[in-house]
Amino acid sequence: MSLRLSKLNKELIMDKDLMLSLYRDMVRIRRFEEEAARSYSRGKMGGFLHLYIGQEAVAVGAMSAIEPTDYIVATYREHGHYLARVGDMKAAMAELFGKATGCAKGRGGSMHYFDVDKRFMGGHAIVGGHVPIAAGIAFASKYRGEQDVTLCFFGEGTANMGAFHEGMSLAALWKLPVVFICENNLYSMGTPLYRTLAVEDVAVRAKGYPMQQEIVNGDDVLEVREVVRRAAKRAREESLPILVEAKTYRFRGHSMSDPAKYRTKEEVNEWKQRDPIFLLEQRIYDLGIANKAQLKAIDDEAKQEVAEAVTFAEESPQPDPSELYDNVYYEAPQDDTVHDDRDDKVVPLSSRSRHAG
Amino acid sequence: MREMSYREAVREAMAEEMERDERVFLMGEEVGHYNGAYKVSEGLLERFGERRVVDSPIAETGFAGVGIGAAMVGLRPIIEFMTWNFSLCAYDQLVNNAAKLRYMSGGQISLPIVFRGPGGAAHQLAAQHSQAVENLYAYVPGLKVIAPATPADAKGLLKSAIRDENPTIFIEGEVLYGSKGEVQDGEYTVPIGQADIKREGTDVTIVAWSKMVHVALEAAEELAKQGIELEVIDLRTIRPLDDASILRSVKKTNRCVIVEEGWPVAGFGAEVCYRIMKDGFDFLDAPVARVTGEDVPMPYAKNLEELVVPSVGKVIEAVRGVLYRG
Repeated sequence: MSLRLSKLNKELIMDKDLMLSLYRDMVRIRRFEEEAARSYSRGKMGGFLHLYIGQEAVAVGAMSAIEPTDYIVATYREHGHYLARVGDMKAAMAELFGKATGCAKGRGGSMHYFDVDKRFMGGHAIVGGHVPIAAGIAFASKYRGEQDVTLCFFGEGTANMGAFHEGMSLAALWKLPVVFICENNLYSMGTPLYRTLAVEDVAVRAKGYPMQQEIVNGDDVLEVREVVRRAAKRAREESLPILVEAKTYRFRGHSMSDPAKYRTKEEVNEWKQRDPIFLLEQRIYDLGIANKAQLKAIDDEAKQEVAEAVTFAEESPQPDPSELYDNVYYEAPQDDTVHDDRDDKVVPLSSRSRHAG
Repeated sequence: MREMSYREAVREAMAEEMERDERVFLMGEEVGHYNGAYKVSEGLLERFGERRVVDSPIAETGFAGVGIGAAMVGLRPIIEFMTWNFSLCAYDQLVNNAAKLRYMSGGQISLPIVFRGPGGAAHQLAAQHSQAVENLYAYVPGLKVIAPATPADAKGLLKSAIRDENPTIFIEGEVLYGSKGEVQDGEYTVPIGQADIKREGTDVTIVAWSKMVHVALEAAEELAKQGIELEVIDLRTIRPLDDASILRSVKKTNRCVIVEEGWPVAGFGAEVCYRIMKDGFDFLDAPVARVTGEDVPMPYAKNLEELVVPSVGKVIEAVRGVLYRG
């Protein structure tokens, strides 16, 4: 069950560099998305824009707890996960602007960020459809005898999808090293949890597969980090899946077109008291790790980086229309033959040769 | 040359590719301990073990997605659907994930995965177990769709599909598994995207695939007795379509009948028809005709089922139609 702060590793919270790095990662996401919302309103991008504001502690805590060789599979609300894992703010902003320099070359947009080299295996936008995919990536790690763990993020609304159930069920049956992370932000688009789920905690769904489960305060980056660290360790060492439910809240609507009239101002304000960035700030002050000026400097740096990302995105070229049909299919390079007629029967099984890191 | 069944040819292709490349594995319902619902995978578990021949529960969305995830990071899964009817449970995985991941990642991902299993009507299995799904998948950019008619093509094309870097829909003929044919010895592949002329002729071009190739060939035998020579083109691959071979034949015969097992509305034959009209209009001496399954869910009763599936008689009738010999 939920881990209390008092039980947190003392060394962890006294690690100044770690605390400041977590703070920086969360602030970068917050500032990036605030600017994305502004640019969206100014018509700089199209499509949907699902903001992660209020939930940053989950992505940042989780990413800080895993290895560079571990895999990430995320949803359409994945700017935070991408920034926490990959970090490339310019590629992220350019993707929103539909530019060739984006992290999916302008083919994916807000909902489909990818960086395969960093093992960020995508933002996926059919609710639940990516859960079996995460199980499959973990299946491959196990098949190869590699120790990599796959993190699969989703919201509580996903828990009602058949694909979610099938993916969880197979992960448990085949003992696949997946850490499923449910970010329970209480609203499945505009419908509150009590009208979509017969249970209060998505975590209880794990019992039937069966799979170990943990509930964590998703506003506390250190708690998330600690729980995901333990979950990933277990997944890695014992090759078992685990379901972590992070209780959290999104401060904005489902997407930019949603004014979120289905909840009261009081409710939103109450959650804002638990703003994950504010909570970490307080802790940093309490522990004397940094002062206001130092945190402001980190914030200013993030704002500067965001400004540079916007300039980069604006100045980047649109995708070349002549490349419209590129990558519908894999096509062998000109000097290659369509058919792979290698004589050698032993093909390298390791994924290391395909992906850096 | 050896004579072998279509079933054995599919099995041999999988076994050879699994032998050749350790990244290849087979996953699906009943593929292992049960030796395959249609015995296609018979003996593979014994030969390759449980790591590479993986029995899955009844969870098409789940195991299709697992295959896609595994392919995303470099394995080469063969995902068996017990029949293609059940693939509709996994349609989201195939259409939204398998077909699109490469494109929407800006080319970062390759998906060397084969989805295979039997398609089309068998005998009195009724509506939910008797349908042709080729067009549902051929519609989707990013997928390749293959439907071989003979053991030799089944083996060579499946080997190509397994080696291909793209997601491939490989539809076997449920009623063809027991059919026999000559298969060449030794290593060979059949290229994806090339049609094959199964019978040369001068009077009317027949375009068909899978089981309908055999119906067309039977019709050709009958019509030859009446002095009408059909040229039977077996598409083998539905997507990418070998337009050139079809047009070459139509330019010779000036008449064409498309024979397909599926429903008429938005069936794949409609696309073939359009392409012939677009590039071969001036060569046509009659409108292109289609023989399709009847536009109804498959009935159970034997006599009604026989009415639904394209028959030799219907093909002959259509041929006489395009020859204006009604």
